[in-house]
Amino acid sequence: MSNEGRRWFEQRKEFVGRARPAEGQDTPDLLTRCPSCNEPVYNEALAENKQVCPLCGHHFRLGAMKRLELLCDPDTTPVHHDDALAPVDALGFVDSKPYGKRIEVARSKTGRNDAFVSITGRVGGIDCEIGCFDFRYMGGSMGSVVGELITRLFERAAEHERPAIVISASGGARMQEGVLSLMQMAKTCAALARLQDEAGMPYISVLTHPTTGGVAASFSMLGDLIIAEPEALIGFAGPRVIEQTIGQQLPEGFQTSEYLLEHGMIDLIVPRDQLRGTIVRVLRQMLKLDSLEVDDALVDRDAAAGGPVHAKPASSAGTEA
Amino acid sequence: MDVVLDFERPIVELQKRIDQLRELQDSNGVDLSASISELEHQAVKLQARIFAQLSPWQRTLIARHPGRPFTMDYVNALFTEWNELHGDRAGHDDQAIITGMARFRTIGDDPCDGMPVVIIGHQKGRNTRENIKRNFGMARPDGYRKALRLMKLADRFDMPILTFIDTPGAYPGIDAEERGQAEAIARNIIEMARLNVPVVAVVSGEGGSGGALAIGVANRVLMLENSVYSVISPEGCAAILWRDRAEGPRAAEALKITGPDCLELGVVDEVVSEPWGGAHRHRKATIEAVGQAVRKHFSDLLGLTRQELRTTRYDRFRAMGPVVERPLA
Ligand SMILES: [Zn+2]
Repeated sequence: MSNEGRRWFEQRKEFVGRARPAEGQDTPDLLTRCPSCNEPVYNEALAENKQVCPLCGHHFRLGAMKRLELLCDPDTTPVHHDDALAPVDALGFVDSKPYGKRIEVARSKTGRNDAFVSITGRVGGIDCEIGCFDFRYMGGSMGSVVGELITRLFERAAEHERPAIVISASGGARMQEGVLSLMQMAKTCAALARLQDEAGMPYISVLTHPTTGGVAASFSMLGDLIIAEPEALIGFAGPRVIEQTIGQQLPEGFQTSEYLLEHGMIDLIVPRDQLRGTIVRVLRQMLKLDSLEVDDALVDRDAAAGGPVHAKPASSAGTEA
Repeated sequence: MDVVLDFERPIVELQKRIDQLRELQDSNGVDLSASISELEHQAVKLQARIFAQLSPWQRTLIARHPGRPFTMDYVNALFTEWNELHGDRAGHDDQAIITGMARFRTIGDDPCDGMPVVIIGHQKGRNTRENIKRNFGMARPDGYRKALRLMKLADRFDMPILTFIDTPGAYPGIDAEERGQAEAIARNIIEMARLNVPVVAVVSGEGGSGGALAIGVANRVLMLENSVYSVISPEGCAAILWRDRAEGPRAAEALKITGPDCLELGVVDEVVSEPWGGAHRHRKATIEAVGQAVRKHFSDLLGLTRQELRTTRYDRFRAMGPVVERPLA
């Protein structure tokens, strides 16, 4: 239990942008020191284990592309959307660097135009509209491009009557786009309302470390199901802001996935290696499709054999069996 | 306890001298009218000079001035038959948000005359005691859930909704997080998108981030000239980007948060002018101007069907946020 406290402390440090002290420092090429159990772990072992510490189960950050790959059925090819949409410096925003410069830096660092990847991919034999934040791009902050991509994702899901899945990892709205980034909260939620009201398709929100601010306070907390990874930081206000406001230390474990589960704010916590299986099972239950239970491998084989299943329950009856 | 902002001090000093001369004239029976009118002339010119070129930071300070009209000031002046309605039906009655029902006052020949309306607004206090009760206008989830309850009631009974936005932000506290501040804001935003009745929002003071938007997903959004609407407070932004809260004035400039800025960005539909001197020195005139603007926008919306109200609200927010095509190499 004493470990829990320190683990939390480490996470919080990472969130506020200070360097994680030990991680990757010993022998940067081969080993990473786990911030939770403080043991060195082979990078290769980490990668094989979906960036989860094999010793203590600590969830390291996982890249957006890897996440999408792990979620989709093997041997299927997702269709990427809107990769060419890029941000505009509408305010002419300058802090220590002009926003335009930040955009260029983030672009060359990530090879991406903004902090969100959007695909149509097959999950458990069901075509889904799926998106994932890329935290490396300006902390996964939501500006107009991210807002537009998520809005289009929900609109596509409504149009094609497909489930939507969004995997969040974001510090919140992007300050450099000012009030326009705030408005993305309304834009995305309005599109989600249409998906729920007009297409009746499920939307699964997956919260990973961290999910805060304007992303938490919009589509992320509105999933028909809300699934969190263990020990993620999830909340509206950042811990530092709260500490400054109330002038006292925060309780241990405050704003973790476990804390939110205890307070009724999320449906379940699922470790990374069970995420895909869980999503497949709940999606197929909600859509009244046959069970593809047992394990991920079986799910994959069945899905591959059966071809695509249209999500719409009405038409699914015909494609079953 | 008049709060005088630094940049208004010369005006206030001049006004004080004018008042003194008047007093002298009255008590001594000497004719000082020439000097008085000269000073008054100067005061007008000085006020014009200062208020014609307010910086975003100065506007932020005006937006936060305790003398500004608050939600209840608008309610009392513009409506009749007001009943404040309380509670989220889940254990709390947040005092940082006021909700209730009223009718527009009859002014004669106006489509809104006598129209029942649901009113929702942040409420700040004018002194410490009031501000403790109102939590400085920073709502907890309970406040947003109370607001949502009233919005749904309005929707069921086909009543238009008017909101007044004036908050530093949603309250960042342990109890607020515990009860789901993020969810409460998110829920309001999505449910407002679903409303079938006309919604007009007025940013009357501080439009502080998600805590503002949670009652701001409207068909029309109006903003007072010296109010601000922002994704983060200038000081909060400065603390992160400049690592110094004292850089608030620079952040206020960079964030484009004033009424005119937000109009240009397409985030608001109309800026309601304030008299020179600001709303805090001209409460009555400001409230009148807001009342007229609100009536005009409701009148525009009254002819729309339920579907059209939803669709136009969708399109309004759908259009926000410019992006460009830029293929990856
Ligand atoms: Zn470990």
